[in-house]
Amino acid sequence: MQWEAVIGLELHAQLATRTKIFSGASTAYGADANTQACAIDLGMPGVLPVLNERAVRFAIRLGLALDAEVAGRSVFARKNYFYPDLPKGYQISQYEIPVVGTGHLDIDLDDGTSKRIGVTRAHLEEDAGKSLHEGFGAMSGIDLNRAGTPLLEIVSEPDLRSAKEAVAYMKKMHSLVRYLRICDGNMQEGSFRCDANVSVRPLGQDEFGTRTEIKNLNSFRFVERAINYEIERQIELIQDGGSVTQETRLYDPDRGETRAMRGKEEANDYRYFPDPDLLPLEITADLINEVRAELPELPDVRRARFVADYGLPNYDAGVLTASRELADFFEAVAAGCDDAKLAANWVMGDFAGALNRDSLDLATSPVDAEALSGLLRRILDDTISGKIAKEVFEAMWQGEGDADTIISDRGLTQVTDASEIEALVDAAIAGNPQQLEQYRAGKTKLMGFFVGQVMKASGGKANPQQVNEILRRRLDG
Amino acid sequence: MSIDAREVGQIAHLARLAINAADSEVHARNLSDILAFVERLSGIDTAGIGPLAHPLDMTQRLRPDEVSEGDLRERFQALAPATAEGHYLVPRVIE
Amino acid sequence: MHDRTIAELAAGLSRGDFSSVELTRSVLAAIDQAGDLNAFITVTPEQALVEAEAADARRARGDAGPLTGVPIAHKDIFCTEGVRTSCGSHMLDTFVPPYDAFVVERLRAAGAVMVGKTNMDEFAMGSSNETSWYGPVRNPWDSTAVPGGSSGGSAAAVAARLVPGATGTDTGGSIRQPAALTGICGLKPTYGRVSRYGMVAFASSLDQAGPMATDARDLALMLSAMAGFDPRDSTCVERGVPDYAAALGQQDLAGLRIGLPREYFSAEGVDPGVTRAIEEAVEVFRAAGAEIRDISLPNTELAVPVYYVIAPAEASSNLSRFDGVRYGHRCSDPVDLEDLYKRSRGEGFGEEVKRRIMVGTYALSAGYYDAYYLKAQRVRRMIRDDFARALEEVDVIAAPTAPSTAFALGSKADDPVQMYLSDIFTIAVNLAGLPALSLPAGFSGGRPVGLQLIGHYFDEARLLGAAHGYQQHTDWHSRRPGAEG
Repeated sequence: MQWEAVIGLELHAQLATRTKIFSGASTAYGADANTQACAIDLGMPGVLPVLNERAVRFAIRLGLALDAEVAGRSVFARKNYFYPDLPKGYQISQYEIPVVGTGHLDIDLDDGTSKRIGVTRAHLEEDAGKSLHEGFGAMSGIDLNRAGTPLLEIVSEPDLRSAKEAVAYMKKMHSLVRYLRICDGNMQEGSFRCDANVSVRPLGQDEFGTRTEIKNLNSFRFVERAINYEIERQIELIQDGGSVTQETRLYDPDRGETRAMRGKEEANDYRYFPDPDLLPLEITADLINEVRAELPELPDVRRARFVADYGLPNYDAGVLTASRELADFFEAVAAGCDDAKLAANWVMGDFAGALNRDSLDLATSPVDAEALSGLLRRILDDTISGKIAKEVFEAMWQGEGDADTIISDRGLTQVTDASEIEALVDAAIAGNPQQLEQYRAGKTKLMGFFVGQVMKASGGKANPQQVNEILRRRLDG
Repeated sequence: MSIDAREVGQIAHLARLAINAADSEVHARNLSDILAFVERLSGIDTAGIGPLAHPLDMTQRLRPDEVSEGDLRERFQALAPATAEGHYLVPRVIE
Repeated sequence: MHDRTIAELAAGLSRGDFSSVELTRSVLAAIDQAGDLNAFITVTPEQALVEAEAADARRARGDAGPLTGVPIAHKDIFCTEGVRTSCGSHMLDTFVPPYDAFVVERLRAAGAVMVGKTNMDEFAMGSSNETSWYGPVRNPWDSTAVPGGSSGGSAAAVAARLVPGATGTDTGGSIRQPAALTGICGLKPTYGRVSRYGMVAFASSLDQAGPMATDARDLALMLSAMAGFDPRDSTCVERGVPDYAAALGQQDLAGLRIGLPREYFSAEGVDPGVTRAIEEAVEVFRAAGAEIRDISLPNTELAVPVYYVIAPAEASSNLSRFDGVRYGHRCSDPVDLEDLYKRSRGEGFGEEVKRRIMVGTYALSAGYYDAYYLKAQRVRRMIRDDFARALEEVDVIAAPTAPSTAFALGSKADDPVQMYLSDIFTIAVNLAGLPALSLPAGFSGGRPVGLQLIGHYFDEARLLGAAHGYQQHTDWHSRRPGAEG
């Protein structure tokens, strides 16, 4: 039988605010345990939550970017359960009326087509603290620094049909939240996390199968592996005559398996009700317009513009708009040299390669957009060839100065003087009578040999186009 | 609506309250009385009437995103029954 | 303390008849002698004397306000930095908060001297002060009777003239009902008028702090200090605070439209002595020129059932934070996490608190939410709308505060529903969020009767003015227990 997987993702994006969603404690990562947990985060008696304005603005940004409805009025609710990393015994979340309603995100498939993935909702909530199970003997240690960090939980429709699609969707959303500057996207630090709901059904069947929820997916690779594992597990289970149990499972990256979670999920009557300490969140049209005005050009729009305005292939435009910083960098280089295609080739080619090789990013790159466009200008005005440019770029990367300095210091200026090149050509022909004879006898492939001789004699500086022209004239003439 | 001792056990578990068996019957009786008392609400026609969660029709005020709380760990943890290396301690949690 | 009001004590302090230190010493001595009342959980003599000295110094600088140097007590539900805040519970017996409640900050800033923390029903859940882990408070009028609750310690301390004023909180009548049962005045302000910051939460959408004192003027003086905007409470209203004491004299009873809700006067089980006293009080208003009108609040009898769904629901969630992990009672040698939670909470909470947590848990649980919680919220709106309609026609609504005078200790302890019905006249006001006060209006069988006045939203000034006007014509408020004649 043919099986089809049905997948929906719940993505948790930690919002890049300075303070917690309901308190004025810092959200900076990596502080000593419990030094950033204030009375509100600790659930001390009598203290009360007050909503962070920036968290609300960030939620609106995402809503607008997903072409979703931003609720004029949304409600915070308490999700009640006992767990040591949840100090109040309830998580403040949104339940019946979330801040962001139905929207969508388009992903690219391998066959070059795109697929629209529905976003059911996105809601604001507070993160929990962390439990450490090692290093405290028979006890667990609780660090509540993370408690109260604002999260946007983004819930997709069950529109994804493979682990690959799920990863493409997750990557696209990851890129979007960073584009919007609402989340730093740091998956190692848990700033962007994923729970996956997975079920399988016979291909062609309309009803969904029983789903499981997989937690603890903190990398794209784990998401792909965990979902694939879970799909296989469910299919085998059903084929062996069993049935899937609706449950929460934990992905174990060391074993590459999912396993049923103990403890936490046993009592799941969350007794949601509106939080009486918080009032309905009203979002006015004015606020929405204000946030809209702050929005950057969205990645899909920018990509389309790169294709239309710069004549870039769709794929290249997609690569260059994967992050806002890269797209900004590319546009600065393109503007600086006035040749978008050359800029695109260099940014995606030598430049990206060098970043990757040295594990750097745009912020720490030794070559900035102005320097790179300075180099490309010298290609375009024929001062150097593309080949010499690679040498100059490497020197720039090593901190030897800007392109012009390096070209002049190393005497790399291209030879374009026709008489100089003619002299080199003549010398090459005169020095190789045997090859000349063979060429004239019809072995025209030897053209490459003569070009090589001339370039070698010029120290690589002769303009290759001119060399070709003059050689052809002399040899064929 | 009547509640028996078994249901008292379920509710007490959800609320994480240790209730000894001897008290379960008393709790069952008390809870049943209270629920019987509030039961009269079920006969009230509330068609078209929205729930009222707050007495005043106000909306949520927003707080500027500025750090206002410093590190008071020592003072807070002085109140805690068990801590080590800045962490609160609980019996080992199994996930 | 010689039976003086806050206003009189302030006058004495400013004339230099006595210092705040002297006054505070006499108050501390009186508290010490009245230990049998059990009105206090914690007395803070050293800190009080330090504050009294500071108040005297401030007065010497010419920088004193009406409360500067006046001793007061706080209900033990308000967090006090460095002073144990128990909320009447074993759970918080050792809890010493590192912060002050807003109300505590404000009264301190006004120069009031805190002499201690008063007894209360555990987590404010009770109408008799019998649920306190620290034992019941006795009614100064009769030591076999309850003082009412949950602010029973504050009420008894003011009634016995141990302190001239005290703070309380009112979720379903917890200021007004004990004020009535002990013959003093107590005001529950409009929801949102006073910040709830630092006040241990019982039912967040109902809780409101307010003053308790012997007359309307003192309530006004205290409320002016306690009210005001606090950005730390999302439900606190950003709205100017009038000088309530200055406004008292501007109120005239002549022309005041007073509504008498017929449902409050025909309710079953009301002590005839209470009804008689209230009717006499109404006649005082009428004689002073007030216009008395018959009004209807048709859903009155639904208020108690609505309340006993909503308040426990909110409480069940509010009290989840008491889990034995970060503060508060922790059971010994827990075998696992479940055991830690269940025994810490089972041992830390008393029976009534556990009962309400269970009722609330049940009302919110899957399958019952709509039938109980949501239904109660809908009927809550009907109750609020009843008041809105009635208040279109009148300035103030008058009614008994409680259906009976102080009842005997232990008489209702085994019957939660009977106990809940003691709040039959006060609860609807909390559901609607309206301001209301109770003031002494005579006696029945030798025990005080309280008259309740309910006002428009944020119209505390008119309520206080009406009460003050009444007190110009009567002297019930100056009667005190144990006094001759």
